[in-house]
This record gives sequence, C-alpha cells and structure tokens, in this order.
Amino acid sequence: MGTRGTTVRRRGGSVPLPLVVPAALGLLFLVLPLAGLLVRAPWTTLPQRLTEPGVLTALRLSLQTATLATLLCLILGVPLAWLLARVPFPGRRVVRALVTVPLVLPPVVGGVALLLVFGRRGIVGGWLDSAFGITLPFTTTGVVLAEAFVAMPFLVIAVEGALRGADTRYEEAAATLGAGRWTTFTHVTLPLVAPGIAAGAVLCWARALGEFGATITFAGNFPGRTQTMPLAVYLALETDLQAAIVLSLILLAVSVTILASLRDKWIASP
Amino acid sequence: MSTGGIRVRFAALLAVALVGLAGCGDDGDGAAAPGASAAGSGVTGQVTVFAAASLTESFTRIGEDFEAANPGTTVTFNFAGSSQLATQINQGAPADVFAAASPATMKTVTDAGNGDGTPVTFVRNQLVIAVPKGNPKGVTGLADLAKPGVKVALCAEQVPCGAAAAKALDAAGVKLTPVTLEQDVKAALSKVKLGEVDAALVYRTDAKAAPSDVDGVEFPESAGAVNDYPLVVLKDAPNKAAAQAFATYVRSDKGIAVLTAAGFQAP
Repeated sequence: MGTRGTTVRRRGGSVPLPLVVPAALGLLFLVLPLAGLLVRAPWTTLPQRLTEPGVLTALRLSLQTATLATLLCLILGVPLAWLLARVPFPGRRVVRALVTVPLVLPPVVGGVALLLVFGRRGIVGGWLDSAFGITLPFTTTGVVLAEAFVAMPFLVIAVEGALRGADTRYEEAAATLGAGRWTTFTHVTLPLVAPGIAAGAVLCWARALGEFGATITFAGNFPGRTQTMPLAVYLALETDLQAAIVLSLILLAVSVTILASLRDKWIASP
Repeated sequence: MSTGGIRVRFAALLAVALVGLAGCGDDGDGAAAPGASAAGSGVTGQVTVFAAASLTESFTRIGEDFEAANPGTTVTFNFAGSSQLATQINQGAPADVFAAASPATMKTVTDAGNGDGTPVTFVRNQLVIAVPKGNPKGVTGLADLAKPGVKVALCAEQVPCGAAAAKALDAAGVKLTPVTLEQDVKAALSKVKLGEVDAALVYRTDAKAAPSDVDGVEFPESAGAVNDYPLVVLKDAPNKAAAQAFATYVRSDKGIAVLTAAGFQAP
C-alpha cells in the first residue's frame, strides 16, 4: 500500500499552483489569530499567572468534563451512527438531519433548550427532581450534558462516514459463517471502523473542550463545579485581557498537545 | 447541470448581497453629509452607542425618541456587560458613546485615553432581589438567600452588578454560596425567569423590565451599593457631533424621564 502511494505521488508531478495558493492562504487564516495571541501574551508575568489557583481548577474540570462527554457520546453515538449507516428505516433522512441540529443551533440556544427539558421546571428535569431529587443545571453533570449535546454530532457524522466507506463484504461473510448481527458488530464492524471512531472521538473531545455557550447557559458558572476554561476565559476578558490571553494559550497548548499525540497513536497518518 | 444552476443562483445571491451592502454604505455616507438636515440639533448620520446590558430597554426607547427629534440620524446600540464593552472599545471598536454600569469599568476606558472629556454620571441604579412571580420561597431580605434549599444566582464579581452584590452582601453580613456566577445581569435575571433559581440579585430596573415573570424584593442594604452610571463621548468617535447630541439628549428632561420610569434614580 505504501509503495502504491509513492508511485501515485510521483506520477502527479509538481503541485499545481491553483491549489497551493488557496491552501497557503487558508492555513494563514487559521494560524494568524493564534499568532496574535502569542504576540500579545504577557510572557514576563506568565509563570505567576500559570500558578494562580483558579487556573488549574478550571483546566482540570475542562479536561474531565470533555473526556466524560466524549465517553457519553461514544456510548450513544456509535450505535446511532451504525443505525443510520446500516439499517434502512423509514424517515432515515429526517433522523440524519435531526442529528446535525446541534451543529447549526447557536450553542446558547442549545443551552436554553436543555434548560427547558432538563431544568427544574423542564419536562424531564421536573420529573427527575420530584422522583429522585436529581437536579442537573448548575452541576458538573450539567456541564457534561451540555458538552455532549453540542459535540455528539461530530462523532456521529465521522463514524457514519467511516461505516459507509467500510467494505460490507466482511460483515456479509461473517453473517454467512453464522455470526449474528451483534457478534458481527462487535467482532467485524467495530475493528473495521476503529480509526473512524477514533477520529470522531478526537473531534468530539476537541469540540467539548471548547464548548462555551450551552455550558454557561445550562450549567451556569461556578469555580470548581461548572467553570470550565472557556468560561474562565470569558470572565477574565471582562476585567483582564492579559489573563484571558494566558488562559486561552494554556487551553490551546494542552489541547493541541493531546490531539497531536492521540492522532499519531490512533490514526495512521499517511 | 444542476450544480451549474446552483452556482449561478449562488452567484446571483452574492451579487444581490454585495449590492445591498454597497447601498447601505451609500445611505450612511449620504446622511452623514453636513447640512443634510435642519431639524433638531442639526446633527445627522449614524451614532453607535455601547451601553450596559441594564440600559437595554430605556436606551432603546431614548434612541427612538432621539431619532424622531433629529431626522436623518440612526442610533445603533451594542448592549452587553459593561466590562466586555470596555474591552471592545479599548481594542478599537468603532463606537461614539459609551454608557457603563460602573465608574470602575468606565475608568478602564478613560485610563486608556479613549474618552473625550470627563465621564458624567447620568443615573444611578440599586439592587433588588429578583424572585419568580409570586415569590414561592417567601424571600423578604438578603438573610433569606443564605437559607438551605434557596438557589441563588449572582453576577460574577468581574461585572458591575456582581461587584455591587458582593458589597451589599458584605454590608448585610450575609455569606452565601450561589449556584452560579452569571456573566451579566440579564443572564442572572433569565435564570429567575426560567425558574432555575429561587432568587438573583439584579438591578431594580431589570426586575421592573420583566413584570410578568419576576417580582422585585427591595432590601435596605442596597442603599450602600448604589451603582453610578457614567457616560462619555469617545475620543475616536466616528460621528462626534451626533455623539455629543445623543449624550446631551440622554441627560435632558425627556431622557431622564424615560430612565426614571424604568426604575433608575436621577443622580
């Protein structure tokens, strides 16, 4: 496979300019704001700002909630993607469109919608409160829910794409050998699309880590409980631009490091 | 073929949008031309006002009155937390007038040299306890907020309403753990409106602006945490004449009447 790749590349000849120029511009457009942060960062006071107690608390909470949200998305999202890719049922196109709703919904609206359902007076939340005494808004669980709501479409779309691209003949072969649908799913389908699931999970995690609107609306903002890094950045921006820049850089550095190392480990890069 | 059709339609849409944008630009420039209008104070063109979230209702009203009194002017508002607006202004946002909910926030703008002249206090605002309609938890004062089972939303201390709340709670000697520290006063109020919290400390004007969902409970300690609202014309105001006219109008009898009707106190 590797040799085929190199011959194709050689046969392509030089890289065409109409592709290189917009590609370079695109990269510049994405990277320049980051450079802006780096240029304006208060490097001299950086060490003391890093050790401020609130910073590590928010960072730890961000990493924990994003990871839990990703787990929740995996548990619910992979089966959903399988359903969309493998089971023809009436209204599948509508369901697929519904799955992408959180992508187009402004996250703040998502947060309000979550409050209306899971809030104290919400349809589900009211019942949870009266039957079990469980309230979700203003809790860390609420943060996880808000992040999962916004991030799950990324996972579902990635995994569904991987499932559709996977060769179904392996699954058919397993079926002819007597494997049931569940066994086929766990022993053939899952290993087959594992890279797709990993890619989706990474995307999902990154989106959950950066989540702001739905979180502050649904889970509120309280240090140590619901104040994730993006919320801390926003509030720092109210009084101290430098602190906001530092917090942003920390979040960026940590997430880029984790994403880059995961990518190398899980997803075979060409 | 179908993609071609889409492409043509998209191009047409884009063209329409561009023409529309260009048209807006022309209108603005035309209106800003001197001598275009003789009515009112003689000013024309666009005035961009950055105002604290708590001024939303009253300033929208004052803006409409100002436009009616000065034909040819358009007032555009950017309502948000004062501190966020101050950051935007200090980062070069094109604004003519800045109305903040606290002198401390205003100071960050004047200290950066972005104010034209000294800010003037045009109104004052006090805190009340906003509770859901009917006051289900029977809140009568700050002490009730610290009772177990009462969920409270405060503004974060970084924004003026949060600083005022901390001051009032200190004065009352009440220690409480809120469930959330909201990013501006309207966000705190909306948590009460939605019934997610039992009480929030908001400005009297905010409680008054939502009479169908919220009751305002007055408390004595709020007198010790009065917020002055300063107003300033900005140094880099794109339309300074109209900005001055608007600032004057806010402090006129008509402007103050709108503000006091909303629950503000005249300074």
